[in-house]
Amino acid sequence: MLLGAAPFGLITGVSAVAAGMAALDITLMSLTVFAGAAQLTAVALVGGGAALWVVLLTTLMINLRHVMYSASLAPWLRGESLAARAAIGALLVDHVYAFASLRFPRRERDLDRRDYVLGMGLPMWFTWTTATAVGAFLGAQVPPAWQLDFAVPLMFLALLIPSIQNSPGLVAALTGGGLALALAGLPFNLGLVSAALAGIAAGTAADRILAASPRRRA
Amino acid sequence: MSRPELWVAIAGMALITFTLRSSFLLAANRLTLPPLLRRSLAYVPPAVLAAIVAPALAQPSDAALGPIDLRLVAGALAAVVAWRTRSILATFAVGMAALWGLTWLLG
Repeated sequence: MLLGAAPFGLITGVSAVAAGMAALDITLMSLTVFAGAAQLTAVALVGGGAALWVVLLTTLMINLRHVMYSASLAPWLRGESLAARAAIGALLVDHVYAFASLRFPRRERDLDRRDYVLGMGLPMWFTWTTATAVGAFLGAQVPPAWQLDFAVPLMFLALLIPSIQNSPGLVAALTGGGLALALAGLPFNLGLVSAALAGIAAGTAADRILAASPRRRA
Repeated sequence: MSRPELWVAIAGMALITFTLRSSFLLAANRLTLPPLLRRSLAYVPPAVLAAIVAPALAQPSDAALGPIDLRLVAGALAAVVAWRTRSILATFAVGMAALWGLTWLLG
């Protein structure tokens, strides 16, 4: 798991510097935001001259899935203190959730669920922030001829393709991607926002249609 | 975006992300997500990520050589690697190597 966070953090640092961001700023972002896909999007948007509200709205959209994680783990953590629940919330990234959601439902008496999440989340947070700082430092030494700004679309590809897990997911991606291309000329990144919303709607509709049909597919 | 404005953006992103992640953990009473919303959340990542990546790759870049855009070719190759390996590092390595190789050969 840490092996995944380290290169991703490195490349996020490298691409932020390539997009014109200061090394300190992207490190600060990793420390406080701790969300790979949202940070990479912010890097791409800031590099492209997007407005503040576009960055915040896309962060909201990309990280909406975390509400689902929070809702799914909450029943097992009700007994914990407010501070512990807040700390767990701050560290509930995709990988931590993926492991916890598999482990929590097992009826293990001696499993301390708070320590389980904190024990995974804290090292990941540290690795992520450190890797970003190292990447930003290294990226600043690299000449533009290396075209390291290409790391941003590459990272999005590496996140996008595994996120397509079934046919409604493919419908969502094709609709979102296709519309974003068609609407790329709209001001204030409105093309991105409306294409993403249409993609989510199309994926949900495809999911409903498939679920209603007798030949149900996973 | 000016540097202070970027700091505001970072603070806003941190606040939004923390609020979303801790929402149900901090809410005292039992809240549940409506099933339709829960389902549509699963399609947020593919829709949003595709909407970001498609224009970024399709835009004619400096590396465009007549009809062939080197970044588009390197991106397509990297997409195949991402699909087969699901590895961030392999996708990055192959994509960058392809871009450098193509630039060296044709650029």
